[in-house]
Amino acid sequence: MTKMSGAKALIKSLEKQNVEVMFGILGGALLPIYDHFCNSKIRHILCRHEQGAVHAAEGYARASGKAGVCMATSGPGATNLVTGITNAYMDSSPVIALTGQVPSSGTNTSYMLGRDAFQEADIIGITSPITKHNFQLRSAAEIPRTVKTAFYIATTGRPGPVVIDIPKDTQTEVAEMDFSNGVQIRGYKPKSNPHPLQIRKAAELLAEAERPVILAGGGVITANASFELLRIAELLLAPVATSFMGKGSLPETHPLSLGSIGMHGNPVANKLLCEADVLLAVGTRFSDRSTGKLDSFCAPTKKIHIDIDTAEIGKNVDVDVPIVADAKKALRELYERLAKQLPKKKNSPWTKHVKEAKDHLNPPSKTGPNDLKPKALLQELRKLLPENAIVTTEVGQNQMWAALYFNALKPRTFISSGGLGTMGFGFPASIGARVACPDRPVVDIAGDGSFRMTEQELSTSVIEDIPVIVIVLNNSVLGMVAQWQRMFFKGRYSAVKLGNVPDFVKLAEAYGAQGLRVGSIPEFSKAVKKALKSEVTTVIDVPIALEEDVAPMVPPGCGINEQVGEY
Amino acid sequence: MGKTKVIAALVENKPGVLHSISNMFRRRNFNIESITVGPTEQEDLSRMTITVNGDEKTLEQVVKQMSKLIDVVKVSRLEPENIVTRELALIKVNIPDNKSRSDVINCVEVFRGRVVDVSPASLTMEITGTPDKIDAFLNLMKTYGIMELARTGLTALSRGASSIRVDE
Repeated sequence: MTKMSGAKALIKSLEKQNVEVMFGILGGALLPIYDHFCNSKIRHILCRHEQGAVHAAEGYARASGKAGVCMATSGPGATNLVTGITNAYMDSSPVIALTGQVPSSGTNTSYMLGRDAFQEADIIGITSPITKHNFQLRSAAEIPRTVKTAFYIATTGRPGPVVIDIPKDTQTEVAEMDFSNGVQIRGYKPKSNPHPLQIRKAAELLAEAERPVILAGGGVITANASFELLRIAELLLAPVATSFMGKGSLPETHPLSLGSIGMHGNPVANKLLCEADVLLAVGTRFSDRSTGKLDSFCAPTKKIHIDIDTAEIGKNVDVDVPIVADAKKALRELYERLAKQLPKKKNSPWTKHVKEAKDHLNPPSKTGPNDLKPKALLQELRKLLPENAIVTTEVGQNQMWAALYFNALKPRTFISSGGLGTMGFGFPASIGARVACPDRPVVDIAGDGSFRMTEQELSTSVIEDIPVIVIVLNNSVLGMVAQWQRMFFKGRYSAVKLGNVPDFVKLAEAYGAQGLRVGSIPEFSKAVKKALKSEVTTVIDVPIALEEDVAPMVPPGCGINEQVGEY
Repeated sequence: MGKTKVIAALVENKPGVLHSISNMFRRRNFNIESITVGPTEQEDLSRMTITVNGDEKTLEQVVKQMSKLIDVVKVSRLEPENIVTRELALIKVNIPDNKSRSDVINCVEVFRGRVVDVSPASLTMEITGTPDKIDAFLNLMKTYGIMELARTGLTALSRGASSIRVDE
């Protein structure tokens, strides 16, 4: 037991969780805590907007696999975190959000909580549906155990964001602190071992399957189960499609990789998934963007669903063999069982069919070498970046082009806002990813609309010396909604034109970053090489045509096998 | 829509728990018919009895989504054929004359309720039983004019020696 202030105990508790970096913006309700950052080995990165801080924390979490930590002051600071917390919730990312709060107790005059005090917001009420759990501290002595518990909840089971709301009086209160307390939560016992009977049933189905397909989701990446995924796919000679969130769980250049499924999925993935007789789905929640119309989603297919979250089983899609478990453990046990009973699989009519479908539906690019089309550009980018480079994306056309044409080769190298679809996510996330992986290049594939939503973090990137590359696919329009207006609203553009301001080169320069504009693939290639070499934050402005569509596409309300448009 | 189903939950007895549960119900579009909360024999736990209207699939999701909440320690579905259910109602009825008063008191006795307050123009009664029994009694009282009604909502325990407990 040691006597110290709540503020000091908080920093110490974070250090004990091996927190190396925190993204945040201080304010009145956090002054006692920030006073202690001066003496801490935790690197505090001052962001320019709280949304930037929370997305950066998520980028850090998803690149590193560790919890990302962000902090914001009470009231507007805390409410500015809400989008990012929701994003982390939807994409199951371990994010710890610390919020300042007005004093909760004390003498009559200093007691403010619940009295609509200056910069008071009910962040516990606000974040209750968008967090895995949240805490409001009532006394300083609770801090060590609460922090430990918050990290445990955020990082175990199905990860997710946890908020700790810290009233100012608990920061200044001095109390005896016990850092030896263990975590005890009787209402939270995440299950990780698969049930042997379910593994047996799944193995039986897969052993008999004539046309097996594996669908890998973000859970495979979270569980670090890529090796297990690859091993079972090769054993079964089963092609692997991924959800958007599962992108990178298997190298997309692998002969068994089909790319991602869904509304803007790879046609070969959508087609073959619908032809499977047995589907092994791992760590995916069958989101609407992945499955299309549910009635026609693999209706006759026998489905095995591995997920660590019991509530995901049967939520959207009814399955034949549910397995509630950690993806890594379940895939390992399934492999061991199958390896014993299966002879080494040889090429079958199905593997032949898969290969033909891939050759037929994914023909090599036909665009000329100088054509500045998103497909050619993203394929060129892949060639320019090392295997372990991290790519983040914004949301909209840029994101779907990246999903279609940029091959992710390793897990945790493709980081994007999947569930919530948050424009402005990619750039701050790229900063967080670069902090997590300082030796690897990090590139944000952006659109002009999205980038403008969090572009102020150029300051953070430059001042804190966190170099990243932003590629702005600039069509001066909110591209994805413009595409929908073209396709489904008779081409009537409503409120989508952004105009050709700002000049992104000058904007970058105004922040002290490098700005480059390119007009062809060779110029693009030169610019990326320059940015990689110069190690300063670089914005590459790539003007593209307004009418450029993301194709192919599953129209809303259709099944994923009803895709229209050319790959 | 299916029949009304009963769920019992043991939850941490601390502020905000009821909010997080009812908030989850609202967000996921589950329909609560009634909810009762009270302390249990373990003082740091509260017991909630929730009646939900929905089909089998909805009920399964309700139980799973409730179990996901960190402060919910245990959730069980109570099977209707295997439980004892009770609800309490306080009913204030308009009494215009002496004949009405004695008629109402007779009814209360038949339903094994009790008169808990008398005034020149009203009678207040308590009645305990299954929701059906209370509905039947209320139906009778309508003819006299119900001035005020408070129902607790359903609470329930399983029959026999089995129990929902959290072992310390």
